[in-house]
Amino acid sequence: MAREPILKTWKLFIGGAFPRTESGRTMILWGGDDRVVAHCCQGSRKDLRNTVEVARQALPGWWARDAYNRSQILYRIAEMTEGRTAELVDAIRAVPDPDSDQAPTAAVARKEVAVAIDRMVTFAGWCDKFAQVLGSRNPVNGPYHNFTMPEPTGVCGVIAPNQPTFLGLVSHLAPVLAGGNVAIALASELNPLPAMVFAEICATSDVPGGVVNILTGYRHEMIPEFADHRDIDAIGGAAETAKERRLLELGAADNMKRVRLETVGDGDYFDDESRHSPWTIEPFTEMKTIWHPSGS
Amino acid sequence: MNPPTTNTEWEYAPAPERVDPGIADQYRLFIGGRFVAGRSRKTFDTINPATEAVLSRCVEANAADVDAAVASARAAFRGWSRTKPQERAKYLYRIARRIQERARELAVLETMDGGKPIRESRDVDIPLVAQHFFHHAGWCDKLKYAFPGATEPRPLGVCAQVIPWNFPLLMLAWKIAPALACGNTVVLKPAETTPLTALRFAEICEECELPAGVVNIVTGAGETGRHLVEHPDVNKIAFTGSTEVGKRIAAATAGSGKRLTLELGGKSPNIIFADASIDQAIEGIVQGIWFNQGHVCCAGSRLFVQESVLPEVIAKLERRLGTLRVGDPLDKNTDVGAINSGPQLATIQRYLTEGTAEGATMHQPSTTPLPDKGFWCQPCFLSDVQPNHVIAREEIFGPVLAVMSFRTPEEAISRANDTRFGLAAGVWTDKGSKIFEVASRLQAGVVWLNTYNRFDATSPFGGVKESGFGREGGLHGLRGYLSL
Repeated sequence: MAREPILKTWKLFIGGAFPRTESGRTMILWGGDDRVVAHCCQGSRKDLRNTVEVARQALPGWWARDAYNRSQILYRIAEMTEGRTAELVDAIRAVPDPDSDQAPTAAVARKEVAVAIDRMVTFAGWCDKFAQVLGSRNPVNGPYHNFTMPEPTGVCGVIAPNQPTFLGLVSHLAPVLAGGNVAIALASELNPLPAMVFAEICATSDVPGGVVNILTGYRHEMIPEFADHRDIDAIGGAAETAKERRLLELGAADNMKRVRLETVGDGDYFDDESRHSPWTIEPFTEMKTIWHPSGS
Repeated sequence: MNPPTTNTEWEYAPAPERVDPGIADQYRLFIGGRFVAGRSRKTFDTINPATEAVLSRCVEANAADVDAAVASARAAFRGWSRTKPQERAKYLYRIARRIQERARELAVLETMDGGKPIRESRDVDIPLVAQHFFHHAGWCDKLKYAFPGATEPRPLGVCAQVIPWNFPLLMLAWKIAPALACGNTVVLKPAETTPLTALRFAEICEECELPAGVVNIVTGAGETGRHLVEHPDVNKIAFTGSTEVGKRIAAATAGSGKRLTLELGGKSPNIIFADASIDQAIEGIVQGIWFNQGHVCCAGSRLFVQESVLPEVIAKLERRLGTLRVGDPLDKNTDVGAINSGPQLATIQRYLTEGTAEGATMHQPSTTPLPDKGFWCQPCFLSDVQPNHVIAREEIFGPVLAVMSFRTPEEAISRANDTRFGLAAGVWTDKGSKIFEVASRLQAGVVWLNTYNRFDATSPFGGVKESGFGREGGLHGLRGYLSL
């Protein structure tokens, strides 16, 4: 007799732990043949609030770490991801694209994972370099030592695009983390499985609890909550529609969140040239200028 | 040796600046390279806040006027953005030179229209204005080297710029110089209480033969500003002003695709440790809060003093405050000039009433008699202030300092950061490692160590948190006017 598999419900990733949504709600992911692929948590406003609290607590520690140390942790994520390539490829292929009704081919999914891993390595390398590229020593008119350096913005919401399900998330998350911020990501609604595999990778990659948090849920429910939360300092990622962008920018006006969203379809996630620029980190930094008299 | 004591106080003889800046009875709008009457029939008076005398009358630009200004900037954009960068630079250099040459006239005009001491407009504002244009002139042909990996930075288009009344011409320079250097064209609205130097700047643009439409100046109040920032053909908005208005602009801009930089309010902490050079720190506090009547967004308006030196600091502050000369802004000996407007004076007085009602102790040692006419506020500080007091939390924008004490560096840092603002901060200590540790943990865009309220065209300025976003000055300031 064939053995029945053990199917888990994928949980949220908050503060380094995997709690269920406090709402008790789940969403079903459907495979190509109307087969249930998995159950995921349908995250709620309360889940986001809890996550912001732990992310806020995690921020000072991550911020204060030496860039070299952050760099090694991001590199460790890449190492751990490499080892779970097969699982990620399956996760990417688990849900078909609603337009074509086709799941990505194995070759495409493998490419996606490979590019994502390499991107994480690139940003691991940026951790202890971007400050030199973006900072400056300012030749002021007077006897002052004056310099400008980037500092993390803080708690960042990262709205992952629906597709590519894995590379989209990693592309938006990596610059935020390299910049010394902590992140609360909203996984692809279309297929959150790769994001949740990635959560398990983060949980075993020396990432301090609360630095990377990943929620699953419906965009129409969660995006207004990200927009209106007053203790989120910045929003990055991708808007699927003009309405999503407007919602996020409108909410941001209330507490001066920094918003840097791309519109889905505007950029190519596979393009290393544009994705690896330090200008992807800069929107999630704050330039601090310091003056000190020099001389007597 | 003690100085000889005497009962007769030495009086300063009045030393008024006498240059006549030649103010016209009425000013028009500057659109398309010409002064035009404007469609609006409404006008407003701009007065000298030190005398309440009407200086001139300006047009309160309406939606049609704003339309015309934006259309003129749009028409000029094509040519200006394609002008060879080295040639663009020549106009900016020329403007910088003319500002230097007309510095005295501009300083007097600034002081008459805004109320700030001539010493400050002459020695701080106008020199910085000239430096700003000169500095940015040189950026025009260097943009492709400025941003690693971005070899073809592009201008954004038409910039809508709205500026406040505290540093009228300097804020104009912070806005217009980088915008033009990057190849944008602008429509700028000066504050309704201080439009005169912006209009004089328009004359300088004419004089320098800046191509028509590259700079447009529309005068008016909040409604004019709203027409400008909500105009659909504007690509970028740069605003300096209050956090409340900044939030309204951000909300109105949501989803529009317009680029936005905001330089908003502050409640900046100034922290004195017991191991600081106290006399030097006192001068820094004075510079931090009573400069420009406290009408400074980055004013060090919350003073945190380490407990062991609190009595010494309060005593020395009282003595130093007593020496500040309040009065005629055109007098070269004046330290503190007139409050910019009647409504602003009322706001400050409301805070003072509220501060003492909440239990703070008022220190107002200056005995200079205030003039009968005009808007005046004796510079002062309040001690026994609690962190939850209104005067410790809200931006007063006047010559009013809230003094509080702390025991440990940790306490100083956490209380300094306990605010929705994050524009600037000051730290006073002679311990090198401590000063950098504290500087790195303060949530602020600008941190002054053993100094305060220093500005420079090469030094990026701007805030974190609800003090806004974007930087002005230096390489980082260009970022807000380019697409990489």
